[in-house]
Order: sequence, then structure tokens, then C-alpha cells
Amino acid sequence: MADPRTSIINQRLKHINRIIAVTSGKGGVGKSLIATTLALTLSKQHRKVGLFDLDFTSPSTHLILGTKDAQPKEEKGIVPPTINGIEYMSLIYYCSDKPTPLRGADTSNVLIELLAITRWSPLDYLIIDMPPGIGDAVLDLIRLVNRIEFLIVTTPSQLAFETVKKQAILLQQLHAPIIGIIENMKMTNTKNIQQQTEKLNLAYIGEIPYDPQVEDAIGDETKLLSTVIAQKITEITHRRL
Amino acid sequence: MHEWALAEAVIAAATQIAAKEKLKQITEITIKIGELQQVETDILEFAFQQLKPANLKNTKFHIKSQKATLKCRVCGNTWLFARQQLDPAIVEAIHFIPETAHTYIKCPKCSSPDFEITEGRGIQLEKVTGVR
Repeated sequence: MADPRTSIINQRLKHINRIIAVTSGKGGVGKSLIATTLALTLSKQHRKVGLFDLDFTSPSTHLILGTKDAQPKEEKGIVPPTINGIEYMSLIYYCSDKPTPLRGADTSNVLIELLAITRWSPLDYLIIDMPPGIGDAVLDLIRLVNRIEFLIVTTPSQLAFETVKKQAILLQQLHAPIIGIIENMKMTNTKNIQQQTEKLNLAYIGEIPYDPQVEDAIGDETKLLSTVIAQKITEITHRRL
Repeated sequence: MHEWALAEAVIAAATQIAAKEKLKQITEITIKIGELQQVETDILEFAFQQLKPANLKNTKFHIKSQKATLKCRVCGNTWLFARQQLDPAIVEAIHFIPETAHTYIKCPKCSSPDFEITEGRGIQLEKVTGVR
């Protein structure tokens, strides 16, 4: 008995130029904010962009993006709505903002279902907001999506970096391409994370300062794009993407 | 027409199996459909007829259905999925993503959402036969 859904996934993604998973070993480092802002800044550079929230049990990109009332359409599968110029898909459309407790096998099934039935337009970038850690979502993406690349987010905290290091080592062992590491919420001038990143033979692709004002920009595209975070991410896209 | 996407997946999987087993023609495909996803078999069959490539020209599709059984991980209670007891919007959400059952359905005995879908979730490709 075979699951036919996995056979169609790469066909569904074949017209997407780059598929970038924004990931971290640790939660609370700003993955969702960075993934959403990255999608918006690329879109402002006239790239065709999709944003896919794979953090099924704790989704938040819909709040950051300000998804309003747009809904996916059923048309030979699911066609994602376009929000602020970005094609957007999230489990949130099917769970009415209610808690959705999922164990490992359920998480894999949702991921496979959404990858198998979502019909993205031809895109320059599909940005994926990942759940924290090195569990099902990371392993399934490596197993199922041929051209997946990972962009790792950490904070200056050694606690965060220790889990990021484990994730980076795992991805290297699995020969999964890593674009590099972003240091988010930086408050001092220490080079500690940069040095440790370079020891892992990975690119340190930028630092983003801690911005207490960003909370006011949640759900407001214009405000979000005027934050220091967006400016820094725009610089990163020019240099690295 | 979400069934269309699932039909494409079945044909892609069968085509991959045929290539691996060096089958020039696929004569029969048997699939099992779990009740939880509530796939419309008429639409699925129509999609198969519309989509099938040359090596599936004379393929016979067999579609079996399977009751959806849920088992509570907390109290061990086992029960059958009952579509008719749910709001149509919930039925539709489960149709697209069967795991959203965990959002809306609770164990009828202890009210826990921590249950296992033991069988009858979605589409399974059971058998592909053909000629070399």
C-alpha cells in the first residue's frame, strides 16, 4: 500500500525557482517574523513570492501578514489567496483559529496533504515558515522536496545557538543546502555568534537588531516594511538571495 | 474539485511504479479511500478519465472505501467518524485536511482531542497491475 500524494509534490513545486525554509533549532527566535518580512521584501523587489506556514500547531504568519478575509479557492486542488502581493497558505484556513493538537504522524500527513494539493503559481521564491526544532517538518521537507534550502535563525543567546548548532550539523549530515545563519534580536556588538557560525563552515549572513517597536507593526504591511528588521532583511536579500 | 489533485497524485504514483517495474501498460489500479476525507468518487473517476496518459489508456480503476475509525489515546475508546453529526463547514475542513478532525472532534467518552485515526484517513494506492 503506497501513499500516492508524495509522488506529486515535486511536480507541484516545479515552477518555483527557490524554496527556502526559515528554520531554527529553538523557538521564539523570530522565524515567523523573518519569514514573513523576507517574503514581503522580496515581493517589493518585484519578485513573485509565496509564503507557506508549516508551523501547524502554533501558526502566526497570518497575524504578521494581516490576512484579513481572503480564503483559498478550490480549483483542481487548492489555490492560495494573494495577500499584500504574496501567495499565502496556512493550516489556519481549515482550523478556524482553534487549537489543533497534532502528533508526529498527523503533522507529516498535514504537510504532505498541503504540499500535494496546493497549486502555487510560478514563483521566484517560496518562503516556508518552519516550526522550531529538528522534528517531522524538517525531516519531511528534506525527504520530499528536492530543491529545499534552509535559512537558519538564531539569537545572540548561547542557549539558542546550541540548538541551532545541532540543527546545522544535522542538515549538513543530510546534505541539505544551508544558505546561512541570521542573528536576530542583537543588542550588543559581540562577534560570538559570527565566530561560532564560521567554525561550522557556514555563512553568517547578517544581524538584525532587537526592535521593540516591531510589535506595533504586526498585521500592517506598510509599518512592517519600514522597520529596521525589514531594512536589514532587504540588505540580506541583495547580498545573499 | 480537490479530488482532481488527488487523482493527479494517484496517476503520478502509478506511473512511477510502472516505470520501476517496466510496465508498458497499466491495466488495473486499485485505490482505497478513507471515509474521513469524504472524497467524491464520481469526481475522482471523472478526473481519472480526463487525466490518464497513454500508458493508462485502457486502465480499469477500482475504488474501495474504508470506514474511518478513531481511537482515543487517553481512555482507549474506539468510535466511527460520523459526518452527519458535524456542521457542513467542519465537514469541508476535514475533507481538505483530514487531520483538522483533531480541531473539531473530541472523544465521545472523555472529550479528549488526543485520538488516533486508526484507519480510513485518505487515499491509499493499494495495487497497480500491468503488462511488460
